[in-house]
Amino acid sequence: MKKIYYVIGGLLGATLLYMGCNQAAGPNTSGALASSAAEKVYVAPGEQDEFYAFLSGGYSGNLTVYGLPSGRMFKEIPVFSQFPTSGYGYSEETKPMLNTSFGFVPWDDLHHPDISQTNGELDGRWVFVNGNNTPRIARISLETFETEEIIEIPNSAGNHSSAFITENTEYVIAGTRFAVPVPQRDMPIDQYKGNFKGALSFISVDPETGRLDLKFQVLMPGFNYDLSHPGRGKSHGWHFFSTYNTEEANTLMEVNSSQNDKDFIAAINWQKIEEYVNNGGGEKMATNYAHNVYSHETHTGTSTMKKEVVTVDPTKVPDAVFFLPTPKSPHGCDVDPSGEYIIGSGKLSADLTVHSFTKMLAAIEGKKFDGEAYGIPILSFDDVMAGIVKSGGLGPLHTEFDARGNAYTTFFISSEVVKWRLETWDVVDRKPTFYSVGHLMIPGGNSRKPFGKYVVAMNKITKDRYLPTGPEMEHSAQIYDISGEKMELIYDFPTHGEPHYAAGCPAELLASKSKKIYRLDENKHPYAVTNPSEARVERNGNEVHVYMSTIRSHFTPDNIEGVKVGDKVYFHITNHEQDFDVPHGFSIIGQNTSELLIMPGQTKTSVWEPKQVGVWPFYCTDFCSALHQEMQGYVRVSPANSNIDLSWSLGGE
Amino acid sequence: MKATTRLKFLVYPLLLLFLAVGCNSANKTDKSSNSTEGVGIETKKEQGQAFIENDESTPNVLQIAIGSQDHTTLVAAVQAADLENALVNAGPLMVFAPTNDAFAALPEGTVENLLKPENKDALANILKHHVTPGNYSKDFLKKFKKLGQANGQDALIEVKGEDVYVGGAKILGSVSAGNGIVHVVDKVILPPSEE
Repeated sequence: MKKIYYVIGGLLGATLLYMGCNQAAGPNTSGALASSAAEKVYVAPGEQDEFYAFLSGGYSGNLTVYGLPSGRMFKEIPVFSQFPTSGYGYSEETKPMLNTSFGFVPWDDLHHPDISQTNGELDGRWVFVNGNNTPRIARISLETFETEEIIEIPNSAGNHSSAFITENTEYVIAGTRFAVPVPQRDMPIDQYKGNFKGALSFISVDPETGRLDLKFQVLMPGFNYDLSHPGRGKSHGWHFFSTYNTEEANTLMEVNSSQNDKDFIAAINWQKIEEYVNNGGGEKMATNYAHNVYSHETHTGTSTMKKEVVTVDPTKVPDAVFFLPTPKSPHGCDVDPSGEYIIGSGKLSADLTVHSFTKMLAAIEGKKFDGEAYGIPILSFDDVMAGIVKSGGLGPLHTEFDARGNAYTTFFISSEVVKWRLETWDVVDRKPTFYSVGHLMIPGGNSRKPFGKYVVAMNKITKDRYLPTGPEMEHSAQIYDISGEKMELIYDFPTHGEPHYAAGCPAELLASKSKKIYRLDENKHPYAVTNPSEARVERNGNEVHVYMSTIRSHFTPDNIEGVKVGDKVYFHITNHEQDFDVPHGFSIIGQNTSELLIMPGQTKTSVWEPKQVGVWPFYCTDFCSALHQEMQGYVRVSPANSNIDLSWSLGGE
Repeated sequence: MKATTRLKFLVYPLLLLFLAVGCNSANKTDKSSNSTEGVGIETKKEQGQAFIENDESTPNVLQIAIGSQDHTTLVAAVQAADLENALVNAGPLMVFAPTNDAFAALPEGTVENLLKPENKDALANILKHHVTPGNYSKDFLKKFKKLGQANGQDALIEVKGEDVYVGGAKILGSVSAGNGIVHVVDKVILPPSEE
C-alpha cells in the first residue's frame, strides 16, 4: 500500500509542479486571451445577436430559441409537451395539438430541428422538428414562433432519422429508428427478423401554407434507421439514411446489433418514388393517425384522424433504393454543401467513412453490386467510398460544414470537435469539449450555404462546468469561433432539456418579420368578444361559458354570480390589447389545469370545475401594468341546488 | 518486489517527461497568443472529466487502474498517451488492463520506447486496442467471437474451459467501475498488423 501512495504522491507532486510551471507563464497571456474571447461573444445591453439558434429540447419536448454568440435564451417554444407558462396543451384550443392515435399524449422527445429551404438555402419560413417517442412531426412558424401543425407518423416507432427537409422544402422526411410489424399485429417478438419493417415517411409540405401531408411511406427491411440528410445540389432528389442493427436483432442490442462489420447508408431516390406514386404506384394501407392543425385566425387547433397511407415496396421501383456499406453502426449521416459527399460516422469506431455521390451513380450504372439485402442492391464498398478520415478521436457522431471546404465532427468518447478537410480527408484541428459532445451546429451547416462563423457543440455531460445544482443539471454547450484556421473556444453556456441537434440562421432572416401582435379585428375564435359590450355569461345545462375580455387593468366581467357546484365553467378570454408585448394572464383558485397567457388579440379558454361553495377570486398572472395587482375578479359559487340566476358585471353594470 | 523496482524506473522518467511537456505547452500558449489568431480560451490538458474532484461516485475505470498497485505501468502509459479523459467518459467502457508483469514480459526496451513522446500515437493505438465500448462480465464475454476495439480493430475471444482469452490475453479478474468494467489480463494485447 505504501508504494501506491508513493507513486500517487509522486504524480501529485508532478501535477503541482506542472501547474506551477503553467501559472508562471499564465496570468498575462490567459488574461489577454480571456478578454479577446469575451469581446467576441459580448453582445452589449440593448444590442442584438448575429444569429438565431433553435436547439432541440430533447426530453423537455420543446424547442428553445437562443442567440449567437451570446448564448442567451430568448424563448421556449412548446411543441410536444404541455407548457404551463403559456397554457399550451392545457387550454381548450391547444389540447387538440397533442392528440394522437393513442389519445392525448402530453409529452414527447423532441430531437432534430431543420429550417425550411429554397434552392438549398435557408429561407426562414418554418422550422420542422420530430417527436421521437410517439412518432410525430411538427411545423413551427418563424413569424409567430408557435407550433402550427403536428402530424403523427403511422407504422413508425422511435421517429429518429427525422425531421430533415429536402432542398426546396418539398418534403420533410421521417425515418423509423425501431422496426415494427407493419401493420401492427400480435406476433412473437423473436420473429422480428424478416418480418418487421422500417418505414421511411415522406411528408409533403405545401409551398404556400406549409401544410403537411403524408404522401407515401417506403417499407424498408427491419433495420434501425438512425439519422438522415437530404441530397443537395447534384444529389438533390436523393435522401440518405444511416442504419444499424442490420443484424435484425431483437434483444440485447448493445451486443447483437454490433456483430456486422458494416451496416448501411440507405440511398433513396425519392423523386423516382414520388413519380411512381403519382402514376398510381404503391398500395393503400388502412391505418390511423392524427393530423393536428392550429389556426391563427381562430386561435384554435383541430385534430383530424386519417385512415389511410400509401406504402411503397422499394423492390418494386427500379433503381430507386440502394445500400452503401458503412462501417461500425453509423450514427450521423451528413451531406456536404456541394451534395457530393455523404459522411457516415461509425459511432463505435475512430474513423469516418465518406461516400461519393458521383461514384455511387457510376457504381449503380456499372452494377457494381456486392450482393443484396431483401432484394435491395448493396453497392460495392470500394466503388462508392471516397475517403476515410483517420480522426484519432473516439466515437464520432455528427458532422457539419462551413463554406470553405472544412467539415467539423463531434466525438463523444474522446470529447472533442475535430476539424478536417473535404477531399484531402486530413485532420487540421481538434478542440476538447466539456464534456462528451453529442451534436454540433453551424448556422446553415447542413445546407448549400453555411454561415461558417461559429460552431456550437452540445454536450451530454456537464459535471463541474457550472455552480453545482445537485445530481440533476442542465447540459452544457460551447461556442467556438471557426472563422480562422484554428477553432477558438469563446464561450460556454447551459442549455435546456437535452439538445440533440440545432438549426441556426442569420438574425436578419427572421427578425424583421417576427409578428408583434395578433389583430383583434381578424380574430375568428367562435367564443371571442371583440368588444367589451359583448362580454357575457351563458348557461347550457351544467356548462357555463364566460365570454370575457381583458384590457389594462381589468377583466370584463369581473363579478360573476349564479355558478353552482358541479358546473363546468369555460373562461373564454380575449386579450383586447393591440400593443406590442402586453399579454394578460388568467388563473382561478383551485383550477385543475394551468394558467393561460393570452397574447394581444388572442382568445384562449380555460375550464374550471368548482367543487366548493364560496366566493372565489381570479386574477391576471402577468404583470401587465402599473395596476396589475388590481386586475382581479370574483366568482360566486352556490350549492348545486341553488336557484340564484346567472349574472355578471363590471363596476356594478 | 521486482515489479515495483521496475516501476520506479518507469515512473520517474515519466514524471520528468510531464514536467517537460508542461513547460512546453506553456510556451506554445505564448506563441499562439502572439499571432493574430489564438484569441480563444486555452484549455489545459488536465481540464477534463478525469480531473474533476469526486469522491461520491463509484470509481471509474481510470480511478480503478490508478488505485491498483499492479497497474502502475498501464496508468503511466495512459497518462503519456493523454487518454485520461477518454477513460472517464460515460462509455460504457470495458478496459482490459494488463498487469505490470504483462508489460514487463514485452521484449526489453519496448515500454521505454513506447513512452517516448514521438511514439505517442503508436502507444495510444495499443492502449485503445485494450478498450471496448461496452460493459460485459467475463461470463458474458463467452457469447462473443470477437470484440470491436476502440482503435478500430478487432480482438478475438477464445474460451478455454472456464478461462476467457481476449486477443490472446487471459482474464485474471474483474472489477466493476462507475463507467464500465476493468478486466485484469495477463498479457499486453498487441493490435493485429494491418493487411
